[in-house]
Amino acid sequence: MNVDLYERFWMWSSGGIIAVFIASIIYTSAAQSLQPPSHVETIDPQTARTSPGFAQPSVTLNADGSATVHIMAQMFAFLPTEIRVPRGQPITFRMTSPDVIHGFQIVKTNGNAMVVPGYVTQFTTRFDTPGEYLIVCNEYCGLGHHIMFSTLIVEDDVEMAGDVGAGAGQ
Amino acid sequence: MIASRRLALANFWVGIGAFGIASVMALMQALSRADLDLPWRTPGMYYMSVTAHGVLMALVFTTFIIMGFGYVVTERTLERALVGRQVAWVGFWVALAGTAAAAVAILTGNASILYTFYPPLMAHPAFYIGATLLVVGSWLWCGVILRTWLAWKKDNPGARIPLPLVGMLAAIFVWLLATPGVAAEMLFQLIPWSLGLKETVDPVLARTLFWWFGHPLVYFWLIPAYVVWYTVTPRVAGGKLFSDPLARLVFVLFIVLSTPVGFHHQLLDPGIPAGWKFFHTMNTELILFPSFVTAFTVVASFEVAGRMKGATGWFDWLEKLPWGNPQFSSVALAMLIFAIGGFGGAINAAFGMNAMVHNTAWIQGHFHLTVGTATALTFMGLCYWLIPILTKRELELGLLARVQPYIWFMGMLLFSVSNHLTGLQGMPRRVYEFDYGGSPIAQEWAAGTGISALGGVFLFVSAACFMAVMLGTGLAGKKGYEEDIEFAEPLEPAGDKARILDKMWLWVTIGVVLVMAAYAVPIIQHIMMDTFGSTGFRLF
Repeated sequence: MNVDLYERFWMWSSGGIIAVFIASIIYTSAAQSLQPPSHVETIDPQTARTSPGFAQPSVTLNADGSATVHIMAQMFAFLPTEIRVPRGQPITFRMTSPDVIHGFQIVKTNGNAMVVPGYVTQFTTRFDTPGEYLIVCNEYCGLGHHIMFSTLIVEDDVEMAGDVGAGAGQ
Repeated sequence: MIASRRLALANFWVGIGAFGIASVMALMQALSRADLDLPWRTPGMYYMSVTAHGVLMALVFTTFIIMGFGYVVTERTLERALVGRQVAWVGFWVALAGTAAAAVAILTGNASILYTFYPPLMAHPAFYIGATLLVVGSWLWCGVILRTWLAWKKDNPGARIPLPLVGMLAAIFVWLLATPGVAAEMLFQLIPWSLGLKETVDPVLARTLFWWFGHPLVYFWLIPAYVVWYTVTPRVAGGKLFSDPLARLVFVLFIVLSTPVGFHHQLLDPGIPAGWKFFHTMNTELILFPSFVTAFTVVASFEVAGRMKGATGWFDWLEKLPWGNPQFSSVALAMLIFAIGGFGGAINAAFGMNAMVHNTAWIQGHFHLTVGTATALTFMGLCYWLIPILTKRELELGLLARVQPYIWFMGMLLFSVSNHLTGLQGMPRRVYEFDYGGSPIAQEWAAGTGISALGGVFLFVSAACFMAVMLGTGLAGKKGYEEDIEFAEPLEPAGDKARILDKMWLWVTIGVVLVMAAYAVPIIQHIMMDTFGSTGFRLF
């Protein structure tokens, strides 16, 4: 097939751009563990409200300073409605829904995952900037979709976060 | 002139009608975005209008216009009547009946589950059955065109498939590779579940089947627009198609690569291993290639047109193009917008960056550039070309037609750029309002949503102009318009070049193998896993 010189140049450049895109995805996912949350774990949505961790969803501080946060995403609230976590530590979020699909998004961060009934969503991240973050539902879940939110507070003082969360561990 | 003129027109009018209703729904959303205190403004009305807008625009307007255009391309390029026109009419009525059933369910507030209809939100069964009938009708459309093509092939051994038909066949094959996913979701999950025959459905399996269909759906919208760009617009511009074989290559690549990509919509889903998401992401990146090639070939064709009209400098060929002709300006502006949308798409599909934009306002900003302009504005240009020919009436309200693409272009820039930015600021998509308990973070979005509302009003004005021109032409256009349907000539005919690109069954086979590679194992793995289904919820 005879391809015009300029067009051939264009096609090679396009191929090059795509190669760069692919290489950057491979590099960031392999070298920096930049992977989408892909945890595979099932849970019965009918009994999720009484399941371990989700019966009283809360923050648990671990001995190594990291924290585990259980969240129940339901029509039309995230429980607990306020989360306090320590700054700079690995925070593992574990979430499920007893009703429909919700989206869990910590605004202005890349903390973003779907919460699907029947499954446990889990991902680990870290917050380096203390402050108050807004969590919103970003998947349409019914008439109250727009009133479904909660607050994440990242604090310097691990002890204080511990006061709030540690006692409530399962 | 073509033999199935009335059939093609019937499809076009349903598509145009759906576009008109969907535009009104869009205006309701735009005013909601502006946070105006209107008396009828309720969450129920808002989520109903989002659903109606999505279904009528993305599924009904597009499908009917593509079916009408498909019949025109087939009969004109093969110079023969459709084989089985009665079947085509049956397909039309089945699709229309399904559309009506789904539309009634939506407009009466019984199916406010958005056009992605994720369970366990449960709509009235009429919605699922109606949507399924629309797809069944489109399958009959596929069958009629394939039969006509095969009959022609038998009578013309060795002849090159005319280029516009290559594009249409690509759209048909993509559709046939994609729709089994949604058909399985409807028939085995949603319809029996909504009828109460089945107690629960697995939402992740449903999402997987939906996106098996949902992403190639965008190529089903896009490929017929590319047919216009490659084989209609160069002629409208007064030039020739720059390269015929490369256009064929682009269409064939779509057959192969369109479908094994759906998990990039589910990158943030639980229950799907990261490896499969990665595989689909790689395929998604590859499918950028045919669009890159298209950008060159079509723009080069415009340059050819400018030079044939005497341009000699670097950029003066741009001035020679018929910017006042809406058949041209709609496509040129659609292409410009699509270039932005394409890069946004690469960001959406990127494994890591996706988390920043997933389900934010960025997403509606993105797909209003792609389907909402690259496809929709091109289809409006297509209507300016074909409706006068098919109705044999002159285009009415030509001035409105001339300004309409520019109003759309401006409105879409306002709407889309602002949505991309508020999305990066974290605003979720599809929310009735965004007070969030007076959160100062949410207040930052207000400026952007105000601009997007203004863009929405521009778009509505443009849509109203289009509807006025169409209805004016159809009802009151001056009779006696006698133009034939002509497609662009290539600079050089295909001749014997790259004949392998005409071997459709080869490409379809590769496409099937890739779909199997992408879906067979993850779906079987998923079904083997112990999962818990969900009962239906209806809170809308």
